[in-house]
Amino acid sequence: MEIIFFYLVAFVVVVSGLLVILCKSPINCALGLVNTFFCLAIFYVMLHAPFMAAIQIMVYAGAIMVLILFVIMLLNLGTAERKRYTQGIVWSAVASLMVLANVIFFLKRGRVTGAEGDITTFMVESVGHTELIGRTMFTEFILPFEIASILLLVAIVGAVVLAKKEV
Amino acid sequence: MMPEMLSLSNSPGIFVGVMLVKLLAVFGVTIFIVAYATWWERKIIGHMQTRLGPMRTGWHGLLQPIADGLKLFFKEDLIPDQASKVPFLLAPLMILIPALITVAVIPFGPDLHIGNFLIPQQITDLNIGVLYIFAFTGLGVYGIVLAGWSSNSKYSLLGGIRATAQMISYELAAGLSIIAIFMLSETLSLREIVSLQQQDLWGVCSFVPNWYIFSQPLAFCLFFITGLAEINRTPFDMPEAESELVSGFCTEYSSMKYALFFMAEYANMTVISAITVTLFLGGWSAPLNIAIFTMVPGFVWLLAKVFALMFFIIWLRATFPRVRYDQLMFLGWKVMLPLALLNVLITGLVVVILQ
Repeated sequence: MEIIFFYLVAFVVVVSGLLVILCKSPINCALGLVNTFFCLAIFYVMLHAPFMAAIQIMVYAGAIMVLILFVIMLLNLGTAERKRYTQGIVWSAVASLMVLANVIFFLKRGRVTGAEGDITTFMVESVGHTELIGRTMFTEFILPFEIASILLLVAIVGAVVLAKKEV
Repeated sequence: MMPEMLSLSNSPGIFVGVMLVKLLAVFGVTIFIVAYATWWERKIIGHMQTRLGPMRTGWHGLLQPIADGLKLFFKEDLIPDQASKVPFLLAPLMILIPALITVAVIPFGPDLHIGNFLIPQQITDLNIGVLYIFAFTGLGVYGIVLAGWSSNSKYSLLGGIRATAQMISYELAAGLSIIAIFMLSETLSLREIVSLQQQDLWGVCSFVPNWYIFSQPLAFCLFFITGLAEINRTPFDMPEAESELVSGFCTEYSSMKYALFFMAEYANMTVISAITVTLFLGGWSAPLNIAIFTMVPGFVWLLAKVFALMFFIIWLRATFPRVRYDQLMFLGWKVMLPLALLNVLITGLVVVILQ
């Protein structure tokens, strides 16, 4: 049952991923990317990580992609000229195939997570995914968390400085 | 034998059957409310402006939504020549579906005992319930943006761009105002948030339930106002301001596609009322912990509260003029956001002190 559902969603992911690179109009590419993010969120749910799924939709599909769409709309791009970039397309195809081979190699070699260690699949289901993330983030990983927030603050201040003519 | 929660693993047949019944019931009721909200709004605004509103079709115009639906259904479906076809067709769906899908996590009653099973009166109880709602209301913006852009008309584009800026800026304050609720409830599940609100008020007053509106009045006001801005209702209906933008993002739409935008507007109104009721006004629980009130089934209270809030939203439309765009941005970033942050800070302090 679950495997059929997985293949269905995986099929949609691959098709919308292809749409991202094959569509002529940039808006349609962006929509394909939104759909890809959405389907990735479904995978997170299937992996018992509902919090990640919600954040994936909220941050990537709900915020970042809206901004990308906004930029595309404001730039008013026509359909992309593909002939100019033929060489680039060939080389990026080669590069992505190499990355794919690398990923498959590491997946075949590595162990499946959740089978050993403190946080097992059983623990995730009994305690709750959100609670576990919250607890580890604010105890064990508090320093990286704070560093990340300072980084974001710097980025926001930078954006304000760039956008304003007189500070 | 202890009753156990009905799930896909302990009896798949009954689970699927019950789920289908729940889906049909919730979806049917929502669509019915959406259809009659149009009639209700016209009636209320009519009476507030000393008119009668729709009177001709049926008793006091009760058949008006059906007549409107039929009329729009038989209109010619135009697609502008210069429009981008795919986004133009997708946009009405992308605004309606996120609105309807959020109803799935609204609880509408206590658990039912049937045989050995406990059946929750809620389509699904996600332990990330509130995040789920935010995720999907965030997706609603696509419909408006795409409708605005793909129509290839100036008015539509302006409406779409206004909508994006408005929804992104108010989403932030809405999210922050809800965080204060999590600090009190310590859960994201809407079912548990409702059951926490059924206890006595602050553990002392036994008649009055512990609704979060009493402990979080500021968060309630912030959430309700930002909610209005997110669903583009008056006084924040900038994206379709008819006096300046014809009809904003849906100017170029006709026939059923236009009807879908209208349905989405009323679906959003219903959903935002249901969410506010669930988070702040005790959901399906009775307003006073008295036997006469608690005997009434949960969904009656839920619907009563939702209708009251919807009436309030319509009343606002009859009362307030539209705000100017710079006022809207000022309100969102310089009033709502700092107030929401302040509320989080105060709630955090109080929670720590009370521990």
